[in-house]
Amino acid sequence: MFQGKGALALAIGGALSLIAAGSVVADEPAKLVVNGEIEMVTETEAPAHLDAFDTIYSGWTFRTPETRMLQMDDFDNPAMVFVDQAAEAWDTVDGSEGKSCASCHGDVAEGMAGVRAVYPKWNEAAGKVRTLVQQVNDCRETRMGAEPWKYDGGKMVAMESLISVQSRGMPVNVAIDGPAQSTWEQGKDLYYTRFGQLELSCANCHENNYGTMIRADHLSQGQINGFPVYRLKNTKLNTAHARFKGCVRDTRAETFNPGSPEFVALELYVASRGNGLSVEAPSVRN
Amino acid sequence: MSAGLWLALAGGLLGATMAQAEGVVAPSDVVFEDGAVAVSLTGAPGNPENGPDIINKGSGNCIACHQVSALPDLAFQGEIGPPLDGVGDRWSEAQLRGIVANAKMMFDESMMPAFYKTEGFIRLGDEFTGKAHAGEVTPILTAEQVEDVVAYLLTLKD
Ligand code: HEC
Ligand code: HEC
Repeated sequence: MFQGKGALALAIGGALSLIAAGSVVADEPAKLVVNGEIEMVTETEAPAHLDAFDTIYSGWTFRTPETRMLQMDDFDNPAMVFVDQAAEAWDTVDGSEGKSCASCHGDVAEGMAGVRAVYPKWNEAAGKVRTLVQQVNDCRETRMGAEPWKYDGGKMVAMESLISVQSRGMPVNVAIDGPAQSTWEQGKDLYYTRFGQLELSCANCHENNYGTMIRADHLSQGQINGFPVYRLKNTKLNTAHARFKGCVRDTRAETFNPGSPEFVALELYVASRGNGLSVEAPSVRN
Repeated sequence: MSAGLWLALAGGLLGATMAQAEGVVAPSDVVFEDGAVAVSLTGAPGNPENGPDIINKGSGNCIACHQVSALPDLAFQGEIGPPLDGVGDRWSEAQLRGIVANAKMMFDESMMPAFYKTEGFIRLGDEFTGKAHAGEVTPILTAEQVEDVVAYLLTLKD
């Protein structure tokens, strides 16, 4: 497993990534295989509900060879340091009930296998669709008697990454029917709404123009199978909601907040556009 | 304060700060015919020399979506819209004015933003802060900038 490797990555990750950046430019990795063993589906048939395209692509396929390489080995992936921190938090007792995550869920590798792949997910007791982050905070509050973590704060995004790692290579498979359907429809409406003074929808950029350059950026399909992502630009892990916020802000619109009902719905919808791609988190972006 | 007084005041302020006065057509008064706008928004011809600055980022940012071979110094030219090379041959002045003012009048559902429009936005923000917009809405480009960029586009001949 990655544990332990992460600390090493902290020490030598920087050096390794420099070597990677300098030496592999000509050698374009076409397939994403992590640690030489987890084979990722980065390109596959679009899910049935999506008429817009035949093929869906992971954001990984749109990045430079250097950035893609960083995701191929946990020694090079700068996100793994944070995953290790979350592994410690997993075992750490917090709150009035004297419990840690491990008290209920045991070893993270067993307790959390497959979880990321199906979130956001309908929660019967809550009567609504919950994101993974909301589920973590529900455990903290109701089971541990601990303070909730900030929706897109450092501790939470690291924990989300740790949980995601346990599903790496599994296909994203969020449910969009049954009780989740109305939330999914709401997310779909948001996806096609042209916000702000620039009057741009997610679809304008990520459906109609993926593969082209918008200024210096190579537009992807805006998939979230790789989230949380480590961005070289801000040198930290970033949540899908933070990315949504940035994209909405760039249309000169008033954004929604991370954790808002709108972004929960949007996350479900965007995740469903990637049903069939592998869970890749934490991935690496520029 | 009564609404009437407020309007009167606002009108006075506008006149003073934007020199909206003589001859400038307000965004909501622009008349489109088949997507084209016949009369100059300022009542005067534009200055093509200001075109490249308006096309650059930080202003109209046309370059985010369009390539302009005549402006090789502008880095990272986008590929969303067609290259603007030769648009002076393809379109008339009135058509170019219409396209820049509100491209959706010429091209149905166009992705190109409307640069001279102040109404009808969904969740209008305060520039790129992500916060809600408050107060008077200004178009992305002024009437003068629209005229200047149109004058520049007319110089782009094959
Ligand atoms: C004006 C263009 C534009 C609009 C509108 C836009 N985005 Fe983006 N988005 C970008 C750019 C540029 C990037 C960075 C390059 C890339 O991955 O496409 C990006 C990246 C993303 C990513 C990260 C993908 C990855 O693999 O790292 C997601 C997810 C995303 N956008 C979702 C959305 C959603 C959801 C909306 C609507 C709420 C939206 N975007 C609206 C331009 C846009
Ligand atoms: C977000 C993308 C975007 C931006 C920004 C943008 N445009 Fe466009 N533009 C387009 C698209 C897309 C088209 C093609 C028309 C269509 O089908 O919608 C277009 C078409 C045009 C045309 C007609 C070109 C032809 O050959 O038929 C002109 C002229 C033009 N744009 C000028 C400008 C100017 C000037 C600016 C800046 C002030 C600008 N555009 C900013 C996307 C954009």
